[in-house]
Amino acid sequence: MSALDYVAEVSAVPIGDILRRYPLAADYLANIRLSGVDETKTLPEILEDVDEDMLEEFGLDREEVIFHFCAFIEAFSRVKRPDEAISSITILGGRNKTGRPEMVELTITPGEVVSIVGPTGSGKSRLLEDIECLAQRDTPTARQILINGSVPDADKRFVAGGKLVAQLSQNMNFVMDLTVQEFLEMHAKSRMIAGSAAVVEKCFAVANSLAGEKFTLDTKVTQLSGGQSRSLMIADTALLGSSPIILIDELENAGIDRREAVKLLVGNEKIVLMSTHDPLLALRADKRIVIRNGGITKVIETTAEEEETLHKIEAIDSVLLDIRNQLRGGGIVAKESIPEFQEI
Amino acid sequence: MKLITVAGPPSSGKTSVILKTIAALGLPEGSVGVVKFDSLTSFDHQRYDEQQIPNQTAFAGKICPDHFFVSNVEGAVEWGMKKGLSVLITESAGLCNRCSPYVNAILSVCVIDNLSGVNTPRKIGPMLKYADIVVVTKGDIVSQAEREVFAFNIREVNASATVLFVNGITGQGAFLLARYWQDALDIRTLRDRKLRFTMPAAICSYCTGETLIGEMYQMGMVKRMEFDDV
Repeated sequence: MSALDYVAEVSAVPIGDILRRYPLAADYLANIRLSGVDETKTLPEILEDVDEDMLEEFGLDREEVIFHFCAFIEAFSRVKRPDEAISSITILGGRNKTGRPEMVELTITPGEVVSIVGPTGSGKSRLLEDIECLAQRDTPTARQILINGSVPDADKRFVAGGKLVAQLSQNMNFVMDLTVQEFLEMHAKSRMIAGSAAVVEKCFAVANSLAGEKFTLDTKVTQLSGGQSRSLMIADTALLGSSPIILIDELENAGIDRREAVKLLVGNEKIVLMSTHDPLLALRADKRIVIRNGGITKVIETTAEEEETLHKIEAIDSVLLDIRNQLRGGGIVAKESIPEFQEI
Repeated sequence: MKLITVAGPPSSGKTSVILKTIAALGLPEGSVGVVKFDSLTSFDHQRYDEQQIPNQTAFAGKICPDHFFVSNVEGAVEWGMKKGLSVLITESAGLCNRCSPYVNAILSVCVIDNLSGVNTPRKIGPMLKYADIVVVTKGDIVSQAEREVFAFNIREVNASATVLFVNGITGQGAFLLARYWQDALDIRTLRDRKLRFTMPAAICSYCTGETLIGEMYQMGMVKRMEFDDV
């Protein structure tokens, strides 16, 4: 349907019914200061009583309001083309800071987790950025990113820009003055998700299961602790987000169940790339990319032996966690609470 | 010479976005210039100077910044042509949210930041509504969900614009913006081109220096507010 097709409907049907059919259209009216109108009248009837000068401030006349209103309905009713499923992304090596070629070709599929390790300033973020903009040998690293094994066409690259990839980093905060519930509902509305109440409910439950300390639906998002915010962001990205690729810049330093968080993302068929220094996360990934001097120096598959070391590292981690909790609780750290390393 | 008009509320990150995008364009030094339209003071010329970017700053002073822009933009283009620039960028702050310094067929970019509140896109008006590209800054410090909601609110106001996220500090995203700038229209002059939207109007006694308050001092185009009866 084109915008013109809606003109007949909008001209004949009372605005109250129109708004029930297309709830978002209320936003268009509010944007031109036409909220709270008589629901029994049609839009053209309503416009008869509106001051032309007021419309002119928006650069509109009565006919244009009707047409723009219809164009708005059309734009947001368009049956969304189901996004072409992403079955893989491939990183083709470019060169490092000194111009040496990266001998690398790495394909990642949904459900896979790849960690990125390397010293600070080595170029981990640059790699995430190359993936985000689907680099085609035209960024400083000259890397190329393939989608489903082929070069994404220019259109897709630009139109999809920002939609393919969701990002999560330690610096991110909530800035909206909303409760958890309002926040999730607002996000669901913007995604035009049917049955959003159930999704909101699920998202909330999952976020709470990841967070060390529980929060309620009427907590303000700005009042959540670091761990709670991160949990809500992860649950929201996994369940309400549309991006098939998730780039994570450091997940540690937060009171959050990291293992479950990664499981949740992977379980929702996302491709997860995670820049991290945390051994528990790095070793839990299927592969890890090692970066030095701006270039990928190797890709290591997590070995069976490394996987076996995981439970030892977890033991060390839980010792540290215990000490942290003792400190938090105002306790005294006793020598005995730290096991000898041979005992682990 | 390609002309690009960049507008956005104060402190939204226009200068940072422009600097990063110029770097991403990768053109020879001195071939991309900026004309900055501001109202009273600006320190941005120092940042352009540091990068050896030819630039001019102009202050609207007591004139409506929008009117000041439109009466000087042609001169800016002449300056750029004489300077032999291949790309000229005009930068102006939309101080009253009613500004829309955009010209038909000339690539217009609106810069707004994620921190300014989710409803900001709905309040900005023509500056956002008539832009070809909307650049969202400071996205690195807010949640992914808020970025998505913000982009959605932009689409509600301007469904046809391309929305790009650019980090003014690291330059992330500037690369894609530069790709759009490369396709901007080549022009030699702006004469006879039309603005996309009318400028704010004001021809009243206060425009000419009146400072006294009271109906008897008001002349010309005055808009009266209507209050509820008490």
